[in-house]
Amino acid sequence: MKPAVLARKVGQALLAPLIAVVVAVLVTSVVVVVAGASVSEFWDVMTQPPSSRNMVNIVNQSSMIFLAALAAAIGFRMNLFNIGIEGQYTLASFTAAVVAGMAWFPGKLNILVAVVVAMVVGALWAGIAGVLKVTRGVSEVISTIMLNAIAGTLVGYLLSNHGQQYGQGRRTTPIPESSQLAGWTPFAEKDGAIWTLVLLAVLAGVGISFLINRTRFGFDLRATGMNEPAAVASGVNVKRMVVISMLLSGAIAGLIWMPALFGGADYYGPPFQRTLGFTGIAVALLGRNRPLGIFFGAVLFAWLNEQANPLALVADISPSVVQITQGVVVLAVVIAYEVVRRWAAAAEQRALRKALDEQPTAEGVAA
Amino acid sequence: MTTVSQEKAGPAVSGGGIEVRGVTKRFPGVVANHDVNITIRPATVHALIGENGAGKSTLMKILYGVQKPDEGTIAVDGQQVSFASPTDAIKVGIGMVFQHFMLADNLTVLENVTLGGESLFGIGDQARAEINRISDAFGFDLDPDTLVEDLGVGERQRVEILKVLYRGARIIILDEPTAVLVPQEVDSLFANLRELRASGHTILFISHKLDEVLAIADDITVMRRGTTVGEADPKTATKRQLAELMVGSELPSPETGESTVTDTVLLELAGVNVVDEGGRHLLKDVSLTIHKGEVLGVAGVEGNGQSELVETIMGMLRGTGEITLAGTSMGSWHTRERREAGIGFIPGDRHLHGLLLDAPLWENRMLGHQTLPPASKGGLIDRRNAKADTERIIAEYDVRTPGINNTARSLSGGNQQKLIVGREMSGEPILLIAAHPTRGVDVGAQAAIWDHIRRARREGLGVLLISADLDELIGLSDRIEVILRGELVAEFDPRTVTPQDLGAAMTGGKESA
Repeated sequence: MKPAVLARKVGQALLAPLIAVVVAVLVTSVVVVVAGASVSEFWDVMTQPPSSRNMVNIVNQSSMIFLAALAAAIGFRMNLFNIGIEGQYTLASFTAAVVAGMAWFPGKLNILVAVVVAMVVGALWAGIAGVLKVTRGVSEVISTIMLNAIAGTLVGYLLSNHGQQYGQGRRTTPIPESSQLAGWTPFAEKDGAIWTLVLLAVLAGVGISFLINRTRFGFDLRATGMNEPAAVASGVNVKRMVVISMLLSGAIAGLIWMPALFGGADYYGPPFQRTLGFTGIAVALLGRNRPLGIFFGAVLFAWLNEQANPLALVADISPSVVQITQGVVVLAVVIAYEVVRRWAAAAEQRALRKALDEQPTAEGVAA
Repeated sequence: MTTVSQEKAGPAVSGGGIEVRGVTKRFPGVVANHDVNITIRPATVHALIGENGAGKSTLMKILYGVQKPDEGTIAVDGQQVSFASPTDAIKVGIGMVFQHFMLADNLTVLENVTLGGESLFGIGDQARAEINRISDAFGFDLDPDTLVEDLGVGERQRVEILKVLYRGARIIILDEPTAVLVPQEVDSLFANLRELRASGHTILFISHKLDEVLAIADDITVMRRGTTVGEADPKTATKRQLAELMVGSELPSPETGESTVTDTVLLELAGVNVVDEGGRHLLKDVSLTIHKGEVLGVAGVEGNGQSELVETIMGMLRGTGEITLAGTSMGSWHTRERREAGIGFIPGDRHLHGLLLDAPLWENRMLGHQTLPPASKGGLIDRRNAKADTERIIAEYDVRTPGINNTARSLSGGNQQKLIVGREMSGEPILLIAAHPTRGVDVGAQAAIWDHIRRARREGLGVLLISADLDELIGLSDRIEVILRGELVAEFDPRTVTPQDLGAAMTGGKESA
């Protein structure tokens, strides 16, 4: 690709998110004004350089949001709407915590087994929706939403009946000390550590990116997403692809909470962080289902969440305002992508016509 | 290439005349209109001809208010008009009959006609009387109370024309009205059009079939590459002249030359049945044989089981009966295994089955061949070789594009088709399932595609050729089967058959005049 063409492509790729962020900033500012607070104070808080402690949290949170978004993106790439990431990671996290708490294996091996269990449970839970879709034609949107409810209830039931009493609530047996990972403390001890299993997000990102872009399986998956009848005609077994993609998506969903579990949470209980699955769907949209885009989206969301914490103290604004920002970003980005896509298509068409006009046309005819 | 149009300067027309001046329309993905000029005299049949992709459809959509021109003016009866929607077009008396009928099968003629036009004559006896009046006046022979699903293709088309007349159209645009008709039906359509003309209606007839245009038109305007390139008088013009105006070269003819048919059976279908959910036979007891080096043509009016036949052979549709490829039963094979066994597939609808429009050309080169070299190695995509082979196809098949990283969407229809043909002819297929292989390509490319098929046939390729172009079928095939309501009903020798014979067989001989 020529440098000029490359520069144009990069420009096009960045334009839409940029427009979306600008729109989100404007809308949020309006909301802040309507709420009777000071816009300048709001943005002062939001844009101040994060403290060391915040930095660590942003990295940790980004990794979980990234995994959630990656799980959603796998489905989205083939027009499969896995809304059930929430249920898949809830059930997977619980099961993995139970298995790790049992400490059947020593030290690090225990971690590996628990992570594999989480992936398998997530995959199976998502697989139910996949099998229902290909055998009974049940929309995966409906079945995964139902499965979310079932997973939440199931985990609640198991926890309250078999969990360990701990303070007001119940929890799973904490994992043994030998399976706890210290993480990496880039700043002072009190600022906390970056979880070791944040690496899982990196591995999953690289792995999925390779799988989708460089393998035959990935090509089949993308082809199915772009044009299902054409994929069928090209020999893709779409039913099998639906099941495999759901399994894959669920397996990644199973990983979401693993960095936290082994990085300091130590057990599944009331502090378990919910709604990451839904955040992931939004971030996948924001990142256009591309691992790199999702990475930036995850960092943006984690940053907004983290920076919003002092809002109530400093500027007397509810931190919930950033949820509006996040929502508007996603909404605006969907629209901006479409606008930019059309503009880019028109630009390509113009370039094409220009290039063809310069080409000598032997027959003088073009369809 | 903007040839100055050879317009005759005439006075402003009245009573159903249209004047189009300098209309230009730009938008991505489709050939735009550029400086289009047409004068349509009232009470005439005006033919607009040009190759597929010459911009006829765009112009038609502009005239019918579906799209707004970027530049230029349209005047009806000397009054300049600007349409925001088809409703505005109907108000000034312009009606449009689309190539694909927009009728509800489970409603009657009366209901279809009054649908959306209830305010004109209601939906009762007054409407029925009006439909009967129009039907009698122009010899449509339609009963308002028959269900549309019981009507033949020709009758359905008359319902569409009746619909626009019912809404008071004086100017009727017909988009390739003969594409779906057999020769006998074309004759009766032309009889109807002459009646309409006699009563003062103006007809804009869009086609690329020169015989028909010469038979019916009073004036002819030719379009090429998005612009009007000239006019012709049907009384004096010859097919050759029109063809030259359309494409700048004479129409090639698809002659196969010597027979290369061998005795080796390549594909055999025995008693293949496909039944839909409602128990209706889509394919009924189909048995056919294709030998090495043989082109078997299948003629039929669209929608009589051609696509089901193709999809059954490709494994996209499952039926009963035996299908063997070179002696091996492939009934249990999935589409991918059939492709890997050497079946090339040119789908009838390239956007639906043949392309990933938003993917680059080199990825489209891989589609359908993603398990084979040069597209992949092991489980991994072989980008370098896939791209190199795409370059080869672009060169060999004259696909007009700046490069292989452009999306398939950016190509014109003809160039998309050339890419598909090139892709399916790669990797030395033993059997080619070709549905409308030259649909929408320009004349030069059409000849090239025919050449490629003929060359592969000499080397032993078996071809199942489905085409709506009877000349193409007769010219390329070694044998022609006729399909009607999912059944193979007749077999012809292309050396002796005429389009009229085929037409009669395609409609079951019932509508032969």
